[in-house]
Amino acid sequence: MTNLVEVRKLRIEATTDAGRVVEIIRGVSLDIADGEIVALIGESGSGKTTVALSLMGHARPGCRITGGEINVNGKDMAALSEKERAKLRGTDIAYVPQSAAASFNPSSTIMEQVIEVTRIHRLMPPEQARKRAVELFRSLSLPDPEGIGARYPHQVSGGQLQRLAAAMALIGDPKLVIFDEPTTALDVTTQIDVLKAFKSVMRAGGIAGVYVSHDLAVVAQIADRIVVLKGGEVQETGTTAEILSAAKHPYTRELLAAFEPKPRQANADGEAATNQLLRIDNVTAGYGAVGSDGLPLIRAVDSVSLVVEKGRNLGVIGESGCGKSTLARVIAGIHPAAAGDIVFDGKQLQRAAGKRSQDQLREMQIVFQYADTALNPAKPVADIIARPLAFYHGLDKRARSKRVDELLDMVRLPRALRYRHPSELSGGQKQRVNFARALAADPKLIICDEITSALDTVVASAVIELLKELQRELGLSYIFISHDLSVVEAICDQIMVMYNGERVEQITPDKVKAPSHPYSKLLFSSVPKLDPTWLDGLVRDPELVSQYGHR
Amino acid sequence: MTMARAVASRRSFLGHSYNLVGVVAALVILAWTLVAIFAPYIIPHPIGDIVDDDYFGPMRQGLWLGSDYLGRDMLSRVLMGARYTVGISLAAVSIACFSGVVLGMAAAVTGGWFDTCLSRFLDAMNSIPSKLFGLVVVAAVGSSIPVLILTLAVIYVPGAYRFARALAVNINTMDFMTVARVRGESTAYLIGSEILPNIIRPVLADFGLRFVFIVLLLSGLSFLGLGLQPPLADWGALVRENIGGLPFAAPAVIVPSLAIASLTISVNLLIDNLPHKIRDRDA
Repeated sequence: MTNLVEVRKLRIEATTDAGRVVEIIRGVSLDIADGEIVALIGESGSGKTTVALSLMGHARPGCRITGGEINVNGKDMAALSEKERAKLRGTDIAYVPQSAAASFNPSSTIMEQVIEVTRIHRLMPPEQARKRAVELFRSLSLPDPEGIGARYPHQVSGGQLQRLAAAMALIGDPKLVIFDEPTTALDVTTQIDVLKAFKSVMRAGGIAGVYVSHDLAVVAQIADRIVVLKGGEVQETGTTAEILSAAKHPYTRELLAAFEPKPRQANADGEAATNQLLRIDNVTAGYGAVGSDGLPLIRAVDSVSLVVEKGRNLGVIGESGCGKSTLARVIAGIHPAAAGDIVFDGKQLQRAAGKRSQDQLREMQIVFQYADTALNPAKPVADIIARPLAFYHGLDKRARSKRVDELLDMVRLPRALRYRHPSELSGGQKQRVNFARALAADPKLIICDEITSALDTVVASAVIELLKELQRELGLSYIFISHDLSVVEAICDQIMVMYNGERVEQITPDKVKAPSHPYSKLLFSSVPKLDPTWLDGLVRDPELVSQYGHR
Repeated sequence: MTMARAVASRRSFLGHSYNLVGVVAALVILAWTLVAIFAPYIIPHPIGDIVDDDYFGPMRQGLWLGSDYLGRDMLSRVLMGARYTVGISLAAVSIACFSGVVLGMAAAVTGGWFDTCLSRFLDAMNSIPSKLFGLVVVAAVGSSIPVLILTLAVIYVPGAYRFARALAVNINTMDFMTVARVRGESTAYLIGSEILPNIIRPVLADFGLRFVFIVLLLSGLSFLGLGLQPPLADWGALVRENIGGLPFAAPAVIVPSLAIASLTISVNLLIDNLPHKIRDRDA
């Protein structure tokens, strides 16, 4: 035994509901030395989480470990009984889940849950455990380390909760910590704090880690070595620097390529840009009781104005809670504005969608972030895409069927997919169907609300390419809402930065490297770079962080 | 290993997987349905005829299920009873579930005052004890088959409404509902094409469960003498009129009880073991 973890020819099988057996992990081998952090990266379905969970001897329901060895600290996790494994979990191996918010019990205090491990394994008396927890809170740079334990999970922010989940994992002094996409759900400005905290704690304790992610830039900051998985097999293994600079496998190169800034097609900038498609003036919208001035108590969008020109794209970026999604819903009329004007194609629009004419509704389509919930799971793809055709254009059955085929071609999906239900599609395919439905209406403007955020890097960049192509062919305009700067930069002619419901500034991507407003500066500097030294070298203006960051 | 065994105990047919319990339950229900439809053609004796010299006669050739408290043929009476029990319950449960589910989905989609008023009104209905309600109605307008059907239906509308509304409210928050609304779709399309396909399975399960409740309530009412009037008799009435045979262990009281049990238990088992469609990506 030289390494802490030695996985040899691991095989995991799953049984489908038809009784068919599928091999989801096919002979994976990997090593982790003491104190080393190894990243498992790959697209969804590549088996990265399955491999990570198997290190605890755990296979998700319906799956089972059928072959190979999983040696962790000298014990074969696959061969141990469930009782013996339970003894090791929390003390030898610990786990930090993707969604800390879903993993904490909302009805007991954070401290109780953090020290639960010491109680279960009888590691130390509660008093000592609490002291140890406070130390951990401090080393994870949580605010108010003495008092935070007394709060309930809903009283702290998402980034803090994620660090508290790490404290829970670390309290039993594990030798190996498994991080399962711990920062995927966080804003970029928050992600940095969490990553920094993880990195310093792991380094200080000499703890080995497995970091599961699909974000290469995040992984580059924290991992010593990277293992690239695809289809349940290891594609490539190497040190972080090797993978980033000299990737051999085509899939790894594809992943890297998704990070390279793509040249935007020049949109004939000299052309007189007077063709306004959409103009909104001083729009205010929000939630809660309506005050005496007719405005809601909590303003999610506060006096925002913007202009979208024909055939051009506007990007809206900002962190979660800044009001960008509400803005999209206000424009689409789902959430009627409390004040302000919306002028679309030269005509004043009603604030509520229900009062707009059918043609006005048709010309402005909205595409939502989660294709899972935006597509009716009970209907086949053909029915979903065909409905706007029947509703807006009154096409008969044959014409509809023909048009559905054309639309599927347009979004680069095989025609045979029309018989499938949404649950039988991959994330990227679902998002394409979602988009095809918007195209079916024959719109002039498509509002894209975070449409790539739930997708893997490679899939997302393919979707963006598709959007660009369709724009060239159909002369569409997009309003592109995202928290991901690289996505917005790739497709938009203008970028509007929002913070706290207000428009902070508007920039054109050519000048994007030098945003002038302090919040934009913070936001732009927080986007992880592929350079492994980026996080350590990052110097942020503490004043800015305390003003705008949510710690 | 347990996984493999669980898979083996389910079979598949036409892309659906089912298990043995569900099939047996379905067969029992099918048999009672056929009996209900064809009862007038297969009963050996008219239900009002006294064919036995003795009352509470035992099972024997010619009188396969013995005779009742007047010496009438029990087999004929049970077979005809199926017609009333299954028929009345089915009609009542159809009316109750159809109106309850449509109102529930409409309330969830429309919201606002419509939802509030309807919900409070049906909650008030729900607070009236069902047997008492039946008693009052029968006392007021007398007992006949249409009155029974309507009374039973009205009693079970609020439950079906609550159930469907709870399911529909969840679906209503999904993005595809927002998309359909922004498209400008009507309420009828929203409830019929967007919501219903997503809640149809639990609604069907609820339908079955409510059917069982109605069979039991109808039997209860008949047992109290408020249901069908003699010489017609559903199973509940058969139990009541032959209750005097209990000390003699007469088949006349046991058989209708078994009939009620077999139907209600089968419906329950079928609901719990409905075949489900195999959704296997690559198969």
